[in-house]
Amino acid sequence: MSLGSIRAVLTWICIALLISVPIVIAAQSPLLAWRRPVYIVAGFAGIVGMAFLLLQPMLAASMLPGLGGSRGRSLHRLVGAGLLVAVIIHVAGLWITSPPDVIDALLFTSPTPFSVWGVIAMWALFVTTFVALFHRKLPGWRRIHLSLAIAIMTGSIVHAMLIEGTMEPTSKAMLCAAVFLATFIGIFGARRARRSWLRR
Amino acid sequence: MTDIVHDRRTLIAGGTALLIAGATGLTVPARAQGVAPTASMRGGANNYLPGAPIVERIGGGGFWMTGTVRRAGDGAPLAGQRIQIWAHTTEGHERDPHSHGATLTDADGVFRLEMPQIVPAFGQPHGHLAYDSGDFATVFLRPVMSSARDTSLEAHFVLQQA
Repeated sequence: MSLGSIRAVLTWICIALLISVPIVIAAQSPLLAWRRPVYIVAGFAGIVGMAFLLLQPMLAASMLPGLGGSRGRSLHRLVGAGLLVAVIIHVAGLWITSPPDVIDALLFTSPTPFSVWGVIAMWALFVTTFVALFHRKLPGWRRIHLSLAIAIMTGSIVHAMLIEGTMEPTSKAMLCAAVFLATFIGIFGARRARRSWLRR
Repeated sequence: MTDIVHDRRTLIAGGTALLIAGATGLTVPARAQGVAPTASMRGGANNYLPGAPIVERIGGGGFWMTGTVRRAGDGAPLAGQRIQIWAHTTEGHERDPHSHGATLTDADGVFRLEMPQIVPAFGQPHGHLAYDSGDFATVFLRPVMSSARDTSLEAHFVLQQA
């Protein structure tokens, strides 16, 4: 086994653990016993969304072994669509569970501070989707997308960390830290890659 | 230039006047003639169902919701006031009618209602309480438990004449 393939295997093991461990632990949360299926689905859609947030910057910046370049970018679009679906299921499921709480959150009048962060991230994701679908040829597209990506990442992490829910705190913090690092390195690394591409 | 000087003078004069007003305002005794009324909390009325019945306890019990009801101003305890309580518990969601119940305050204005264990929902372990009998202004409270392991929660009402 070459050094490169060992590194690839280790990278994928790390990512698999960062994503699967929080989901497996959350699936054993005692809170699930007192929730209806639609509420449970809504909660897990949020966790899956966070997992997608870990993949997104890595796909965009060709950080994942075997998924570089155009393969990574087309997967980035696919996972982006998946993230949008996850967020819609998350919000819709919560709405069905308790409409007034979701209306409060959407109107920024919720008593819970975490919902504001979640709603900010949601709107940043919606704007990103809109711009990605219709205005990708805009000259400032890259900068717009990176700014929105930072808003989505920050909003989602603060949202998740402030919630007392089915996710176990340590595995949740690990996933959130990984999302932060991936976004940070993805943006920095992508810049460096672009610079070296310009130099060629 | 004179315009600028004039503007600056106006600004200084205005600022001084504001400062004096502010300082005087601070010296005026606050109108806290006794106990201030409790304001409704954000989200307090969420999933409220009017007319919850007065019950011995909600469901199987095991968790205590307690508190007091007093009158604004003199802080006198109010007896016989109906307080409605609901929460997401081990036995049901906030929206379920069986998660709702009401109780009356005793002669000391104290209420105590046993209910199932509150569990975290929508990100926080919290309960809901309402006073809406009409004699006083309606108040909705939404206290949050400091720990999901707590087996009691309290909330206090100071009611104002409607």
